[in-house]
Amino acid sequence: MDAVLLARMQFALTIMFHYIFPPLTIGLGWMIFMYNTRYQENDNPVFQQLARFWTKVFAISFIIGVASGITMEFQFGTNWAGYSRFVGDIFGAPLAAEGVFAFFLESSFLGILLYGRKRVSQKMYWFSSLMVALGATMSAFWIVVANSWQQTPAGFEIVTEMVNGVEVQKAVLTNFWEAVFNPSTLPRYSHVVTGALTVGVFFILGTSAWQVVKGRHTEFFRASMRTAIIPCFMVIMLTMIVGHKHGHQVAETQPAKLAAFEGIWETQTAAPLMLFGLPDQKNEKNHFAVKIPGMVSLFIGGRFDTEVTGLKDFAPEDRPPVAISFWSFHLMFYMGMWMAFIAFIGVIFWLNKKLLDHKLYLRLCAFTVPIPFLANEVGWVAAEVGRQPWVVYDLLRTRDAVSLSVPAGQILASIIMFSLIYALLFGLWIYLLKRQFAKGPEPLETIEVEAN
Amino acid sequence: METLQIIWFFLVGILVIGYAILDGFDLGVGFWHLFAKKKGERTAFIHSIEPFWDGNEVWLLTAGGALFAAFPPVYATVFSGLYLAMMLVLLGLIFRAVAIEFRDKVEDPRWVKAWDFAFAFGSVLPTILYGVAIGNLLKGLELNPIGDYTGGFFALLNPFALFCGLVGLTMFAYHGALYLSMKLEGEMAATAGKWAGKAWYAFLFALMPTLLYGVKFLMNGDYKALSMTFVVLTLVVNVVSRAFNKKGNPLGAFLASSVTIACLMLAVAFALFPNMVPCVNEPEWSLTVFNSSSSTRTLAWMLGIALVGMPLVLGYTWFIHRVFKDKVQVKED
Ligand code: HDD
Ligand code: HEM
Ligand code: HEM
Repeated sequence: MDAVLLARMQFALTIMFHYIFPPLTIGLGWMIFMYNTRYQENDNPVFQQLARFWTKVFAISFIIGVASGITMEFQFGTNWAGYSRFVGDIFGAPLAAEGVFAFFLESSFLGILLYGRKRVSQKMYWFSSLMVALGATMSAFWIVVANSWQQTPAGFEIVTEMVNGVEVQKAVLTNFWEAVFNPSTLPRYSHVVTGALTVGVFFILGTSAWQVVKGRHTEFFRASMRTAIIPCFMVIMLTMIVGHKHGHQVAETQPAKLAAFEGIWETQTAAPLMLFGLPDQKNEKNHFAVKIPGMVSLFIGGRFDTEVTGLKDFAPEDRPPVAISFWSFHLMFYMGMWMAFIAFIGVIFWLNKKLLDHKLYLRLCAFTVPIPFLANEVGWVAAEVGRQPWVVYDLLRTRDAVSLSVPAGQILASIIMFSLIYALLFGLWIYLLKRQFAKGPEPLETIEVEAN
Repeated sequence: METLQIIWFFLVGILVIGYAILDGFDLGVGFWHLFAKKKGERTAFIHSIEPFWDGNEVWLLTAGGALFAAFPPVYATVFSGLYLAMMLVLLGLIFRAVAIEFRDKVEDPRWVKAWDFAFAFGSVLPTILYGVAIGNLLKGLELNPIGDYTGGFFALLNPFALFCGLVGLTMFAYHGALYLSMKLEGEMAATAGKWAGKAWYAFLFALMPTLLYGVKFLMNGDYKALSMTFVVLTLVVNVVSRAFNKKGNPLGAFLASSVTIACLMLAVAFALFPNMVPCVNEPEWSLTVFNSSSSTRTLAWMLGIALVGMPLVLGYTWFIHRVFKDKVQVKED
């Protein structure tokens, strides 16, 4: 098989596995911080119980995030040497900053959160939980900066130099702040963080609901659900609003990507929103399209007569894979709507004090647990596949970015290795979570005894 | 510009040294893990590094990031050139991380045993491979004009590099044993001290032939004198470390062993400088500090980041070691 294709498959595999865990720990981290804060405020032992239980779930998940993250740090060098040489002047700095500013912070205070409760004051413990949540959120910042630069490069110039008689091009930094706050950094970062929070809060809501359905530790998991429902509603609304803003930015800076997201072939005003359809890259049209007229123009420009550039305006070799972009983007959108629906119903029930009485609703909540994970994954697939055929938008093609010195066979071998390890880790993660839920929280009495 | 490039060569060096000293002790603990006879002892081993190891590993990640930022072509050449070795390092580090966290989650003895093995394996494998990688860098790699490695996988498994792997393993084993004897209580601490005594000889037995054979690489560059000075310092401090250990002062021995590691790494750094990846087939194609760095602007920004960030990092490290300063008890099982 082709080394470029294999390298792409490997990147997709390793990052998509990694990305199961950070959103969960970012979301859980903030919820745990909230529990610790509430306990700090009013000494209600239930919050201490909540904090401790979810910290255990956090620990099991966090470690897999760490283990799979190590791979990512070196992957640019191992598989994408051409890319590393081209972007290093700009791209490496955020990666190093992530280590210095975020990972160190997070890993040190995590030690206290997990093993140090009895060694530090309650205040210090509370502070550590804040630092862990903050560290996780900051590490997302730097990595998103790096990714955003490759989506919408800024603050650089292209330099051609002779290296041992071979002409080599690279991007060189001209303005640090422009590169860091390039046009897509803030829209992307706010959407990524809200998307991550979505995972954490719906995880608490859904897994707790399932325990209630099963009648295990009902008292505790009811309390747990009650703490999650309002955050679920707020966070999903924010995610969708911020995602909508993010869409504007894509339309402005990456028109080919936007056209692929929406399956638009012809440049037109009053561009329709296609709810369903099968884009056909070869014949440059869509099959079985179900459309709402004018909606895309309205979303992007606020008016029906906004012109939207179609894919036909781009040379065929400059177009992203349309079907994957279209479907991953639409699935994200639909999953967002589903979560908004679940959260909305939940708030209504909650207001009527009936949140915990509808078996069907509890089951739907449990069913929703994987949805935010998937929405995050397909959102990234949309962003990354929609960027193709460029690895750095409009500057460097993906096929010119790979490591030429690595034979296809070695990449294949490592894909097989990672698939096996990750399948094992995923299985273990599920197994340990199940045990943790079956075991349930520490009894209230022990917590009260300890507090005195 | 030149000053900045040199500063960054040494800053990356400091990150690597920091990693070797800090993760060195917990990788070393992993080496001894299977030598402990009782389950309670192994549990104590894990507890002794539990709050620290993740922070230690971040030194590696940051060194990787800093190398990428300051010397992108070196990052690209080394990690793509040593592809399979790197994949095996990752394999080890992944299992190790998970083992530390998951081992005590289930009571079943088979579960614990499996993770004990994973922890030891995941510590030993990277340790050897780091040595192999450094050996190959000292020796030089076969490159093409743009810096892609062309030598093939088996060329990396040469005797010199493999010996360097042994040096890495024994050095960390010594370092880890000292850490254990410093951090544990009672009988186990004494046993660990004895292990250190044995590991010290093993280290010398690995180091001596490697140095004899490696002299030609150490004397290769423009800074022979400095490089040899650090080799001598390595040996001297190493003897001091043993003396401390014999006198029953594990902290002194551990600190001296940290200095030993630093000296050996500095010897390597001066042997290479100004090269970072010497090219054997065409010496002008070598990647050097001067032809492979990022732009002045990037290096300057990075220096700012380092100046703000590193004090914070040292602060966290100090803080966490203070919170967990107590010795770890070995519980009977
Ligand atoms: C729970 C997760 C989640 C949910 C419900 C949504 N998104 Fe999203 N979306 C993400 C999680 C996400 C993400 C994983 O975080 C992405 C991937 C890359 C990125 O920047 O954020 C993303 C990407 C992404 C992009 C592409 C960015 C690019 O190509 O660079 C757009 C335009 C939107 N989103 C817009 C939306 C809209 C209009 C939504 C309304 C329903 C929505 N997203 C729901
Ligand atoms: C948008 C994508 C990403 C986000 C939001 C993200 C975020 C995080 C977070 C929050 C953690 C902490 C562990 C956890 O919570 O599970 C983590 C771990 C890690 N990530 Fe990612 N990451 C992303 C992609 C990447 C990429 C592309 C790299 C490669 C450079 C990377 C490298 C790492 C490393 C090395 C760790 C381990 C840190 C440690 O030991 O503490 N991540 N990531
Ligand atoms: C964490 C969520 C992410 C997911 C799920 C994701 C997904 C993907 C996928 C599916 C590909 C393959 C696309 C293709 O070849 O068609 C890819 C490629 C790539 N991504 Fe991401 N990505 C994520 C985050 C990031 C981040 C944070 C960075 C950079 C910091 C990054 C950098 C790259 C690079 C360099 C490639 C390889 C070149 C390419 O195929 O374009 N990705 N990613």
